Amino acid sequence: MSLTLDRPAQRNEAQSRLQVIDCDIHPSLADDRALFPYLSAQWREHLSQYGNRPHTIYAERGTYPRFAPNTARRDAWPPSGKPPGADLAFMQRQHLDAYNIEFGVLEPLVDANTPRNLELATAMTHAVNEWQIAEFTSKEPRLKASIQVAAEDTEGAVAEIELRAGDPQFAQVQLGSRSLEPIGRKRYWPIFAAAQAHNLPIGFHIGGPSAFSPTPTGWPDFYVEDHHVLIHSMQAQAASLILEGVFEHFPRLRVVMIEGGFAWAAPLAWRLDKHWAKMRNEVPHVKRPPSEYMRANVWFATQPMEEPENPEDLRLIFDCIGWDRMLYSSDYPHWDFDDPARAFRIEMSEAERRLILHDNAVAFYQLDERG
Amino acid sequence: MSIPVRGAIDCDIHPAVPGIKTLLPYMDEFWQETFIARGQDGFVMGSYPPNAPISCRPDWKPPAGLPGSDFGQLQSQALDSFQARFAICNCLYGGLIAVSETMAAAMCGAVNDWIAAEWLDRDPRLRASILIPAQSPELAVEEIERLAADRRFVQILMPAALEMMLGKRYYWPIYAAAERHGLPIGLHAGSMYRHAPTSTGWPSHFLQDYVSNTQAFESQLLSLIAQGVFSKFPALKVVLIESGVTWLPGLIWRAVKTWRGVRAEVPWVKQSPAEQIREHVRLTVQPIDGPKDAGVLERIIEQIGSDDMLLFSTDYPHWQFENEAALPDGIPRRLIEKIMVENPLATYSRLKENVQ
Repeated sequence: MSLTLDRPAQRNEAQSRLQVIDCDIHPSLADDRALFPYLSAQWREHLSQYGNRPHTIYAERGTYPRFAPNTARRDAWPPSGKPPGADLAFMQRQHLDAYNIEFGVLEPLVDANTPRNLELATAMTHAVNEWQIAEFTSKEPRLKASIQVAAEDTEGAVAEIELRAGDPQFAQVQLGSRSLEPIGRKRYWPIFAAAQAHNLPIGFHIGGPSAFSPTPTGWPDFYVEDHHVLIHSMQAQAASLILEGVFEHFPRLRVVMIEGGFAWAAPLAWRLDKHWAKMRNEVPHVKRPPSEYMRANVWFATQPMEEPENPEDLRLIFDCIGWDRMLYSSDYPHWDFDDPARAFRIEMSEAERRLILHDNAVAFYQLDERG
Repeated sequence: MSIPVRGAIDCDIHPAVPGIKTLLPYMDEFWQETFIARGQDGFVMGSYPPNAPISCRPDWKPPAGLPGSDFGQLQSQALDSFQARFAICNCLYGGLIAVSETMAAAMCGAVNDWIAAEWLDRDPRLRASILIPAQSPELAVEEIERLAADRRFVQILMPAALEMMLGKRYYWPIYAAAERHGLPIGLHAGSMYRHAPTSTGWPSHFLQDYVSNTQAFESQLLSLIAQGVFSKFPALKVVLIESGVTWLPGLIWRAVKTWRGVRAEVPWVKQSPAEQIREHVRLTVQPIDGPKDAGVLERIIEQIGSDDMLLFSTDYPHWQFENEAALPDGIPRRLIEKIMVENPLATYSRLKENVQ
């Protein structure tokens, strides 16, 4: 159990206009050539002829057809005709102004880190970072960029982190939850070393270049399954970071799990603790019960919100994880968007609401320094 | 908590096949010759390294041989200690996961005949699961049909992770046979390792492999639901064995939420995933993966939203608890009799029959 907070709460959607920090906003490319200004002629030609060739079955789209065009809210299509998330003025009006967003962290999902050709992936992630500055953060100080990296090319990833670390427009390093190997393995450690050295947190967003099936027992037929089991990749990354000793080795590392749910976090920690107690000699570098690393180093974004059948059980989930570890996220402009006033179906005190909607993110991203 | 109820029904114990020699008398000449001439033995499943701490509780180690291979020891440690009325033998052996369908069938068939002759015949408290080569549903159904008349077989056993997701039509003949004979499908923790244990690949450690079993169980439930298996086979029961328990409420909530959002993709799924799970799915209680605070565990068990789902198990000889504390603290009192006796009897209807 964590913080004991006053609970004079009333659920009132029109209550105080609390400033909100949103740690999951998806900017999108205006068209399929939007990254070209930031890519060399060679890569422009390469992409035009061969595409980005990730581990998927179609030439121009993901394996599992989504359920809405561009995975977007129907009302998120701007009048300008650009795709949802590509029109800054519309995003400002529909999202940042409307919800009183003080800061919003961009999480680009534009298939830059998924090419099997790692040189291409590194070039594309570099281009995405340039594009975030040019199209969004340089024009709108409320938006913060993510340092997107191609983790499979560790050297290139570290170079990109070094390049961006001093730029306060970037709030974090962004990694996919579905790396080619479990993310705790040693090949990825230089990324963690660079992040810790620069005091940059890491945001794991669901998705990534994995070649493996979405489940340990093969390929689902349907999006209704694939969408759900994406959260298992978060569980795998959390367990991997703990059991490979990443948090033991990089104790100041802060990671946030974005769009991966969080009802699983406490049960996973209990399960890890139970079996670690018997088999800790297999992982001698894991000095403390796994739950302690989870509590110390891992944060969770709230969208897509957990919806217990008894809404009050959400409070138990927050109690188990820690109220100081939850960060509000909207997933704008995607179809499963969470409204900050409506997504939490429990009564929260003003202090609790302020933690989740604002203060925890200030501490996690150290926005006092980088803002 | 030690055992407060006499006549408990232990839904998961593990006799071990000492080695391939034990099974040869239950094989035809071709397979006898094959295993002998090729010098093949050592078909313990990779999901359970025999010397890993979890594979045997320290005080249950036999004087020699594999954990669970000593009949007398199993009688006293698993049956007498917990005053069991029945215990269901789930023999984890390589036939469940062999890549050759025919070799898998030979090994599963031999294990089933060996269990019947050398375990079930020697203690009336023992019941068993039919091992099937699910790699080939055709051969699996043959095996079910061969043994279904022996009412001491109360379940069909498969590992949690196979080559494909279990909702797919490929496997439906197995469910038809299960339903026909009143046999639940038992999915036991463990994998054929045809796919990485996680969607981000192969972890370095057994500990993560083992913990990740929940992801296979969850995925299989989602597949069975999305493909409409429970509406096609309304009497089918699926028992998750050695699955852990505390992940279940979160799975239910997420499954319902996702289904509400995109159910138009699977219009044949008319019943909420929560209702389907509560009606068709059962879980053995060990290893319970709960917090230190028994009050929190009690709340999680209430979140499951059904008193019918949990089944008593010791997971003998696996090391999941100490002494007689097979029931974790935090189980609501009203559920104890249910978990230990009533739910197993309702799940395994054959246990209610008088068997000579």
